[in-house]
Amino acid sequence: MAASPSQKDNSAFSLRKVWFDPNVRALVFQLLTVAAVVAFFYYIVSNALFNLDKRGITTGFAFLEQTAGFGIIQSLIDYDESKSFGVAFLVGLFNTVLVSFIGIILATIIGFIMGVARLSSNWLISKLATVYIETFRNIPLLLQIFFWYIVVLTPLPGPRQSLSLFEMFFLNNRGLYVPKPVFEDGFGLVIAAFVAAIVICIVVARWARNRQETTGQQFHTVSFSAATLVVLPLLAYFVAGSPVSWEMPALKGFNFRGGVTVYPEFIALLIALSIYTGAFIAEIVRSGILAVSKGQTEASVSLGLSKTQMLKLVIIPQAMRVIIPPLTSQYLNLTKNSSLATAIGYPDLVSVFMGTTLNITGQAIEIVAITMAVYLTISITTSVLMNIYNRKMALVER
Amino acid sequence: MSVHEFKPDLPPPSSSLGVVGWLKTNLFNGPVNSIATLVLLYILVPPLWSAFQWIFLNADWVGDSREMCTSGGACWVFINDRFGQFIYGYYPVELRWRVDAFFISLAVIIGLLVYEKTPQRAKLGIFSLTIYPIIVFFLLNGGVLGMEPVETHRWGGLMLTLVIAIVGIVAALPFGIVLALGRRSEMPIIRSFCTIFIEFWRAVPLITVLFMASVMLPLFVSEEIEFNKLLRAMIGIILFQSAYMAEVIRGGLQAIPKGQYEAGEALGLSYWQSMGLIILPQALKITIPSIVNTFIALFKDTSLVLIIGLFDLLAVGQAALADPAWLGYSVEMYVFVAFVFWLFCFGMSRYSIYLEKKLHTGH
Repeated sequence: MAASPSQKDNSAFSLRKVWFDPNVRALVFQLLTVAAVVAFFYYIVSNALFNLDKRGITTGFAFLEQTAGFGIIQSLIDYDESKSFGVAFLVGLFNTVLVSFIGIILATIIGFIMGVARLSSNWLISKLATVYIETFRNIPLLLQIFFWYIVVLTPLPGPRQSLSLFEMFFLNNRGLYVPKPVFEDGFGLVIAAFVAAIVICIVVARWARNRQETTGQQFHTVSFSAATLVVLPLLAYFVAGSPVSWEMPALKGFNFRGGVTVYPEFIALLIALSIYTGAFIAEIVRSGILAVSKGQTEASVSLGLSKTQMLKLVIIPQAMRVIIPPLTSQYLNLTKNSSLATAIGYPDLVSVFMGTTLNITGQAIEIVAITMAVYLTISITTSVLMNIYNRKMALVER
Repeated sequence: MSVHEFKPDLPPPSSSLGVVGWLKTNLFNGPVNSIATLVLLYILVPPLWSAFQWIFLNADWVGDSREMCTSGGACWVFINDRFGQFIYGYYPVELRWRVDAFFISLAVIIGLLVYEKTPQRAKLGIFSLTIYPIIVFFLLNGGVLGMEPVETHRWGGLMLTLVIAIVGIVAALPFGIVLALGRRSEMPIIRSFCTIFIEFWRAVPLITVLFMASVMLPLFVSEEIEFNKLLRAMIGIILFQSAYMAEVIRGGLQAIPKGQYEAGEALGLSYWQSMGLIILPQALKITIPSIVNTFIALFKDTSLVLIIGLFDLLAVGQAALADPAWLGYSVEMYVFVAFVFWLFCFGMSRYSIYLEKKLHTGH
């Protein structure tokens, strides 16, 4: 839309014309914005440097190499007080990933069950699902975490009066104790068998699809895959002579020894996250199912599909297209919300790094930047994957 | 010639009418559903009944100490005793009328805004988003017109929860509008700045934002400027919330048909005129339900300020649990606080659904 030479009036170059040229204006506005942003960052960076210097806080990332000197109750990797802050960071990161991963699985299960239940023709079931959804998504997550931690788990009996299941699982106020698998020599064979089963399934699925496209004959891919995935590793397990033994938790002195300890902080956080996010997922599932128009059901009935075929081939694929984008954002929310762990002392990334490490080292800027960068990476990766998925699943309209 | 007379319609079978009919279609339609209903009733009724007994029948309601809680049910005496703190935090008792004035004026304004026949509703809306928050700040903070100042560290309870949530939403609205317009702008630099800003704040958890605000803000400004804890938390919340607000408003802007933008240009309106007079009024109207939804999320998220040491409703409750005179009544506290939050959030979500239905004028 630049002023063309033919439109120029007698004064060949008038300031007025330049001022009203949209391109010039756009350039000026953008330059002003850049200048303002640069000035803003210059202001805060110079202030930060001055203030840090004045308070005698060192800068840089050298602190990651220093000895941490604090213990962490739950750690997936080898950690003790003599390890560095960098290792502590990894411990926190893995704990965040662990609770988010299990939480996502549980929340999905709860959400799908409740979402379908809300559409049930049974009044009691659908009302129960509604009550669940409306109760838990309207109460702050932090309150729910406190509730599970302080009201439900803390008053459990001490180790000597533990609640036990089959003398294998023990629940007390120090956590849940479960048997720990100890892998012996031949276990590699089982893993190999499992990998082989996965490969076989992929090959068979591809073959079945080709055959269906060329001849129209169907193959029970799902049942076959399920059977292969179970039977092959099981066979390998017995061939290798049962290479797994279980280390049972046992009461020794005042506490349990052996087995795997699941800490109450973890349990409380996990329950609260799954129930809270499950309520949101249930609503997403419900609206996804309702979004498939009635004509689709009627069309599949008139094609003579069975009820299972109808669900598998017509309803679920279309509902998933609506469900998956908001579902991913709920997964991201769950991961972000796992940072509320700080409030009850579960050692997640924020608690270990932004909490303890920040208090010891005082290097606020570096620590906040690293923590935020972690969440940014998780979130950006997810949204990139999501965009690829959306492009693949987008309706191709003629 | 005889006229054929129709026999009167038979009444529907008694099993499809009334209570029996309802039970039959909703609870006992088919063997599977009947079994499911019976099993669920068997599982649910006893715990629900004992919960009901605990909350209402066996509960103690009045008194002034834990000795009054003898009947084995809920001890609402505890909540009663602490009620002032739950509502006003540590606000001076003799000045609580100021908080009451805030509550009442808020209720009146919201009532007027929700009621559709209020005259000058749009002007009232603008007033409540601009001048009203300033009045409320001076009312609560004092220090003018001879009102005794009350420092923000004494604010707490439901009042603080409401203040944070309302300030968060009111201040985030203009930022959100600017960011949303920026993200849809044709100028590449402005668009990318806005996109980066929005995506950054949406990617990080609110806790990290609050931590950042409480430990990093003081480093970023020159020493003379002092931020109190509440102000720091609010800056964090506003930054965070404006990113979410921007996305909501962007959704509204995208829903406006292209013809409206073109009409604005055809009329020779400038960018700001066409936005202010044509696009934004329509876009904001259709985003009100989504704005209410983000407000619900923000309202729940205000409870996070307890982690950086502010005393909102939940934090006051947590503090009350530590009182040696009232040890062991945590369930009552959580049930009460959860109920208050639930009431607000559920009410707002109903209102947003109602608005959505009203705006959904299509087929």
